[in-house]
Amino acid sequence: MQHYNMNLTLKVWKQKNSKAKGAFETYKVSGISSEMSFLEMFDVLNEQLVAEGKEPIAFDHDCREGICGMCSMYINGRAHGPWHQTTTCQLHMREYKDGDTIVVEPWRANSFPVIKDLVVDRGAFDRIIAAGGYISVNTGNAQDANSLPIDKQKADESFAAATCIGCGACVAACPNTSAMLFVSAKVSHLALLPQGDPERKTRATNMIHQMDTEGFGSCTNIGACEAECPKGISLENIARLNREYIGAVFSGSAEG
Amino acid sequence: MALNSKIPAGPLESKWKTYKSTCKLVNPANKRSLEIIVVGTGLAGASAAASLGEMGYKVKAFCFQDSPRRAHSIAAQGGINAAKNYQNDGDSTYRLFYDTIKGGDYRSREGNVYRLAEVSANIIDQCVAQGVPFAREYGGLLSNRSFGGTQVQRTFYAAGQTGQQLLIGAYQGLERQISLGNVEMYARHEMLEVVKIDGRARGIIARNLVTGELERHFGHAVLLCTGGYGNVFYLSTNAMGSNVTAAWKAHKQGAYFGNPCFTQIHPTCIPVSGDHQSKLTLMSESLRNDGRIWVPKAKGDNRKATDIPEEERDYYLERRYPAFGNLVPRDVASRAAKERCDAGFGVGSSKMAVYLDFASAIMRYGKVEAHKQGLGGADKDAIYKMGKDVVKEKYGNLFDMYAKITGENPYEVPMRIYPAVHYTMGGLWVDYELMTTVPGLYALGEANFSDHGANRLGASALMQGLADGYFVIPYTLGNNLADDIRTKAIATDHPAFVQAEKDVNDRINKLMSIKGTESVESFHKRLGKIMWDKCGMGRNAKGLSEAVTEIRALKNEFWSNVRIPGDIKEYNPELDKAGRVADFIELGELMCKDALERNESCGGHFREESQTEDGEALRDDEKYMYVAAWEYKGESQFEMHKETLDYEVVHPSARSYK
Repeated sequence: MQHYNMNLTLKVWKQKNSKAKGAFETYKVSGISSEMSFLEMFDVLNEQLVAEGKEPIAFDHDCREGICGMCSMYINGRAHGPWHQTTTCQLHMREYKDGDTIVVEPWRANSFPVIKDLVVDRGAFDRIIAAGGYISVNTGNAQDANSLPIDKQKADESFAAATCIGCGACVAACPNTSAMLFVSAKVSHLALLPQGDPERKTRATNMIHQMDTEGFGSCTNIGACEAECPKGISLENIARLNREYIGAVFSGSAEG
Repeated sequence: MALNSKIPAGPLESKWKTYKSTCKLVNPANKRSLEIIVVGTGLAGASAAASLGEMGYKVKAFCFQDSPRRAHSIAAQGGINAAKNYQNDGDSTYRLFYDTIKGGDYRSREGNVYRLAEVSANIIDQCVAQGVPFAREYGGLLSNRSFGGTQVQRTFYAAGQTGQQLLIGAYQGLERQISLGNVEMYARHEMLEVVKIDGRARGIIARNLVTGELERHFGHAVLLCTGGYGNVFYLSTNAMGSNVTAAWKAHKQGAYFGNPCFTQIHPTCIPVSGDHQSKLTLMSESLRNDGRIWVPKAKGDNRKATDIPEEERDYYLERRYPAFGNLVPRDVASRAAKERCDAGFGVGSSKMAVYLDFASAIMRYGKVEAHKQGLGGADKDAIYKMGKDVVKEKYGNLFDMYAKITGENPYEVPMRIYPAVHYTMGGLWVDYELMTTVPGLYALGEANFSDHGANRLGASALMQGLADGYFVIPYTLGNNLADDIRTKAIATDHPAFVQAEKDVNDRINKLMSIKGTESVESFHKRLGKIMWDKCGMGRNAKGLSEAVTEIRALKNEFWSNVRIPGDIKEYNPELDKAGRVADFIELGELMCKDALERNESCGGHFREESQTEDGEALRDDEKYMYVAAWEYKGESQFEMHKETLDYEVVHPSARSYK
């Protein structure tokens, strides 16, 4: 692939802490290689800022291979930027050309308060999992793994839902800041497996309850979450979650 | 201090059973008043914290990421080994044990490795019970594949995201314990000191990375599950935040460091594309099940890969190692790639890469599919398409990742790959109970040195992390805490806590007061270059001695010229990174000293002075059949203690994969 260099203008959200008022600041970067990742471009900018004696831009990142779910930039109005099913760290600069202006914001959601600049607090997701996103099995002598055959198609569907990385792009992309795609991915992962069956009703209701408590918005079937999900988590999961939830509520065995 | 590995007496296959049946226990009421600190929430930490919480201990878990689910175990791709013998191909606990001992080039303990092989099967059962969606066959049973250094299929997997699925399983177990109040979680916290009272680990000093405040936490015992230190090389497949800080602080408090120079260079990673590179990305070893590795037979052949005819390709692994072919262990495959590139046969613009080619696998799978669907007479394009779908199902996410990073389509052209730092077999020295040389301080998973000798086999890191957390520490911790039940929780205004916090505070202030001109990142890159050039895939006495001198100079420069912007009492990633790089610099010196001292080649440690005529690693069992356990004696002062390795069952021989 032909490699080229470019100069860019960046408009980046700066916010001192959760209480301070934020604003956009404009930066220029030059000599950006088309082979860099988007975050490596930010590394260049931050090195430049350190050299100028300024404070670098805070952003979350860790694995830089698209799986940890930590990176979380809202790039030119899209969660994780323009590439389909791609996290920010896997977006590469060959997407851009010399002279482009790129606007970068944090995830915007009341349930994800800004910690600093582009860093937000996604603790709400952990609390939703803690409310029921598990199978209650203690460490010990579980039965032999192959004593429980599972239909391959079900297992594959369960895996597809379980690939959610918990990044929060679904919430950031949704005009209502709904967390339904995230919650439905976990409910589907576990509901599609026989091991998850005993707790399926309490799981769905407890997780939904926690999601509401955290202040996430309602789902109105817009589909932006699916479109921006870096792992391609399907909207069908939301339909399944609705069935699970209604089933739980109407069976009367769980609180609504 | 004499090293006692505490391997139980008796025949190999009954050591662990005997230990479990005879170790001391802590009754449930007493567990409730025993507090445990777990640092790190990867496979080892999350599984340990969840299991200990379930047992009734009061657990506090810490991670520097924003959520325990982000720990770098999440990025493990290929799979997890277990001696289930589901494939009826002759696997057994003994064979997994033997493969691991041999793979580690006879530099690990028999007792530990046998236990690991023994509990491996339980891990798969446990994970399936938790709902980990492993790959399955049409009959509904679990699927397996092969990994390097073995001739059986014992690797369980979930596409190329096995680490993610296992970690999510452990994380969910951990979150359940958090919701029950058995575990208190401290995310965005970094451990910066071990607090010792009367010679025992009794807590930690942690920094809240959001506010910058230091916190004191008491524990009857402290478990470090903080992963490896591959980032000492700057470029590695580790996450950006992976660091040695917790282990290094423990080392300076008296925990010996075992075999620090044992580093794993993984053969199949996406090559470096330029100076901007911040990390390297692995292409799973599982790809070597189906991908064939080659370079052109002619030096400096600049044709496109697809234009080079079959007879002009050198499948050098198949040529050199016919018995294992493309599935030789990682150290062997990495050195072979380096040999070809150094000899001028490399490909790509940098010439520091070899091909990993799926063309023949795609056609092979395509034919099988065509046969299955009764389309025996299908044309080449149709077969190719069917084969591509099969490869996509097996490795799709890896192929996508490759395409995003390089802009090339690996279904059409072969991948270009090159070795990169991936894992560290070295780590804190621990005994059979996973306790370091500091009483009450434990190390689990990659953070310890225990099970992989001089080279780890693929799909064994996940196995070890979960073995330590789910099935070993719940027993061994109890055996020690049974004697500690009369110890009441110690208030954190104890002078030892006050002093430890002051030490941490002084160091942070010192870092911030330097106000130099060079960034932390720049120092880290310079350290990485020294380490890669002189303590990387090939090492020699001259280079290692030079590296020690260069690292000391770098250390002085760092402490006089580093520039850290921002303040202490705020979210300040540059300050966090500065502390980690300072520790990496000190560790780098120890790694070079360890590599210098071990004048033999074994596993991933290749001393150029010690090789056979055809360039294979040459061990020296007479002189070096020991674990080098280093004691910290003050700045740049380390004393080595030897733990002799006694092989009672396996007879070490020249490791051959030919």
